[in-house]
Amino acid sequence: MSAETLEKAIEKKPAEALFSKRRRKLVADPLIDDNPITIQVLGICSALAVTTQMKPTLVMAISVIFVVAMSNFVISVMRNTIPARVRIIVQLAVVATLVTLVSEVLKAFAYDMYKELSVFIGLIITNCIVMGRLEAFAMGNKPYDSLLDGLGSALGYSWIILTVAFFRELFGSGSVFGIPVYNYVSSIFGPDFSLATNGLMVSPIGAFIILGLIVWVQRTKTGYVEH
Amino acid sequence: MQQSNTYIIVFSGVLTIVLGLLLSGTSQVLGPMQQEAIALDKKKQILGAVISAEEIDAMTPLQVNEFYSKRIASTVVDINGKEISSGVVTAEKVEVAKFFKKPAADRQYPVYVFHAEGNPEAVESYIFPLYGAGLWDAIWGYLALETDMNTIGGITLAHAGETPGLGARITEGGVQQRYVGKKVFDESGQLVAVRMMKGEGKDYSGDVHKVDGLSGATITANGVNNMLKAYLSHYEAFIKGKLSNQAVAGL
Repeated sequence: MSAETLEKAIEKKPAEALFSKRRRKLVADPLIDDNPITIQVLGICSALAVTTQMKPTLVMAISVIFVVAMSNFVISVMRNTIPARVRIIVQLAVVATLVTLVSEVLKAFAYDMYKELSVFIGLIITNCIVMGRLEAFAMGNKPYDSLLDGLGSALGYSWIILTVAFFRELFGSGSVFGIPVYNYVSSIFGPDFSLATNGLMVSPIGAFIILGLIVWVQRTKTGYVEH
Repeated sequence: MQQSNTYIIVFSGVLTIVLGLLLSGTSQVLGPMQQEAIALDKKKQILGAVISAEEIDAMTPLQVNEFYSKRIASTVVDINGKEISSGVVTAEKVEVAKFFKKPAADRQYPVYVFHAEGNPEAVESYIFPLYGAGLWDAIWGYLALETDMNTIGGITLAHAGETPGLGARITEGGVQQRYVGKKVFDESGQLVAVRMMKGEGKDYSGDVHKVDGLSGATITANGVNNMLKAYLSHYEAFIKGKLSNQAVAGL
């Protein structure tokens, strides 16, 4: 083979664009059309537990994004060496390591958040979204694609829990990100005008209601029907 | 080859070592910072018994440390109220949770003294640590007694795993506020502590030994009651000692 044909052979397969249509779809799909919470109905447990306030929810969302994207990436890099018979254990070990890293970092730099979230951060290990993406995608696809896929799923999870948290904190505690919105409203309209907070929203039942409404609105719009 | 038992064992072994090194390395690097964060959190809890949570939240970590070193003195006493001087560490280092497992007579009891800035003699209140069992896990806190050694100046309560929205409400400022101004001794000087009652919504402002309860969290409330009573009785010798000192000084 001459050098010329070698060059041609390389030219024939140009690298896929960093954000090609297919790759954008990997990230965008789980946001709405294939959302892990509202369509696949995974990761509900933590969506109910951590969403009473925006701030811890945001920390939780960032943690999940890190864990899902990184574990997808690492497992995908290792996918050809992982023995099939112990693959679930290997996946768990990687996920557990990443989750422990997140928890250690929080403990060092955001101790108040660590106190509030430590149980739920630990439970990311058992979050179905993580294991689901590893089994369904990372074990059979290239690292970069897996990273994007993980990112998409985690972002889909994040915007839902942040939306739930927004309404729960607003109606339950009368604030958003700790800013007392209700108090400002009352001060604008005078002392006689006061908004009551709804205790139901602080309990997990509130999350179920909000989540149900989000699913309803979304499915009305997209026309999705469960088979 | 890939599926042979040897491969699986070697793979698992290498994976374990790599992940283990990664985790222990992280723990080594972050360890000092975590210790600092824990120490700071403890100081915030102690201060929480004497100043409001909003004031503490507004402080930077540096300010908390500064405020703490300016306003808090500490000592360690035994069950008889005598200061332990031989071979003890500072009060901040005494782990109340660890001593909780020992018999009451063998424990070390830290006492934190909240005093005026620059004058450790001008005591404003004494802060005692508390430790006990809630419904699911440990609960703990700090109780501030005013210088009459009877009136509660403030309390902070914390927990490891009480139910959110029920028992976990002991950490709320509004709940802790219920203790302020209550008395721990009756007129005859008997220790009665303060009881959180069953049910919620009653007015106990007329009773100095009772506070309104937590609806749906009676077991946690009972845990708080037991904890208060137990630790006040452990510190009773110290408290009575301070009282008699004051009586002497008053003559």
